[in-house]
Amino acid sequence: MAKRVNMDYAAGKPVDPRAIDAMLPYMKTSYGNPSSLHVAGQEAKRALDEARIKVAELINAEKADSIIFTSGATESNNLAIKGAANRNRDRGTKIITSSVEHMSVVNPVKFLTTKGFEAVFLPVDKFGSVDLGSLEKELNDKTTLVSIVYANGEIGTIEPINEISKIVHANNIFLHVDATVASGQIPIDVQALGIDLLTVSSNDMYGPKGVGALYVKDGMRIEPLLHGGGQEKGLRSGTENIPSIVAFGKAAEIAKQEMQTHLEKLTKLRDRLIEGLIKPLPYTFLNGHPTNRLPDNVSVRYSFIEGESMLLSLEINGVSVSSGSACASKTLEPSHVLLATGLKHEEAHGSIMFSLGRDNSLEDVEYVIGLMPGIVNRLRSMSPLTPKELKV
Amino acid sequence: MYSDKVMEHFKNPQNTGEIPDADGVGTVGNPVCGDLMTMYIKVKDNRIEDIKFKTFGCGAAIATSSMTTEMAKGKTLEEALKITRADVASSLGGLPPVKMHCSNLASDALHAAIKDYYKKREAATEVKK
Repeated sequence: MAKRVNMDYAAGKPVDPRAIDAMLPYMKTSYGNPSSLHVAGQEAKRALDEARIKVAELINAEKADSIIFTSGATESNNLAIKGAANRNRDRGTKIITSSVEHMSVVNPVKFLTTKGFEAVFLPVDKFGSVDLGSLEKELNDKTTLVSIVYANGEIGTIEPINEISKIVHANNIFLHVDATVASGQIPIDVQALGIDLLTVSSNDMYGPKGVGALYVKDGMRIEPLLHGGGQEKGLRSGTENIPSIVAFGKAAEIAKQEMQTHLEKLTKLRDRLIEGLIKPLPYTFLNGHPTNRLPDNVSVRYSFIEGESMLLSLEINGVSVSSGSACASKTLEPSHVLLATGLKHEEAHGSIMFSLGRDNSLEDVEYVIGLMPGIVNRLRSMSPLTPKELKV
Repeated sequence: MYSDKVMEHFKNPQNTGEIPDADGVGTVGNPVCGDLMTMYIKVKDNRIEDIKFKTFGCGAAIATSSMTTEMAKGKTLEEALKITRADVASSLGGLPPVKMHCSNLASDALHAAIKDYYKKREAATEVKK
């Protein structure tokens, strides 16, 4: 069989076999409802409590009860933003976020502007780091919530959450942090950082899809999106998805135990990939911060050519990647994250994203490095934008 | 996502490059939108004797450019002007709906090249008068 290399782990990750093993009994034999008082119910309740402890430990939450299980990062972001804004409306109606957020933050914030809230999208520098001066300037007595991504999944830049938290809390405002792609990959300590609300995703740490969590700091008031039987401290009604939550807990436990190993390995692969992609080809640039970035993210842009045609060329050679470009997605606009870093539309269109995973090897990285010059030069030779002096 | 025919033209595009002494040149699209293409034609006895393209864009943009040059080569200018976006798409075994507008511009570039040829010829006739 032809060689297949997956470098699109950001789009979806395999579930760790240990997490699958952990969840199976909760579908076959221990299928009780944690709200029931009988043995089967209590068995499920115990499993739920254990998973809650594991997720809490991963982010150093002050207590397990601060973890609310949800259907995933999109729900967690919605619950955090709408829940905090609505519940604390008496404190103000201004919400501040950044221009490099995931759509599951952007759109709830935009939605709230139709309900009488005011929204500000902070600018970022060319690396995608949130501008702290603008944050300070925008804070006023109407501001109730600031929502910033821990690390951006498209360009990998890790935001200065510690500094942001200090500024936000000096003004007595709540801070939500979307740690969807960061949690499980890099150490996060919600207590040390003083975070009020933190979004965590299961699949991003090799747990199943369709489950996630929101950390809600002890004493933080939010209102639920779903009303019903009052599960999850009344913040997320609906019978808990025990098998998936158990697997998520296991994935969180593994992520914590093995974090250092994966972090070191992925960082090495990442740095080799960046070097190997950029050095041999002129007009080739790294998107995002050169060092302050996630260990799994390599986002590169090539002048004069378009991302999807690179994606297809790699696909023909057995490599799966994602193009940050519009043409491969449902909307025709280039990524708002790339544009926020100051790129022109045509530059953003020439971007391609490699996201590494635990199963990638140095051999995979070298294979991709070897393919790119041929792919890029072929497309450049067909492009009307390629400058004459560039012989391809 | 793409038909085999589209992938075939993407892998082995026909008639890529420029014609330095082209009789007509047409450029459509905009790099800002992610698609830009230029068609070059050489005309002899009212027929497209040679045609080449340069394209910046996605897989569909490159495949439709290649297919359009194949369809136009050897045709009279009148025949070539009748080639539509829909003709190009159906010759490729269809295109994903999202690509029908943004990336299916090659026939427009062909028409622009033919119009450019007419304009240049008119100008040349004027000079002779």
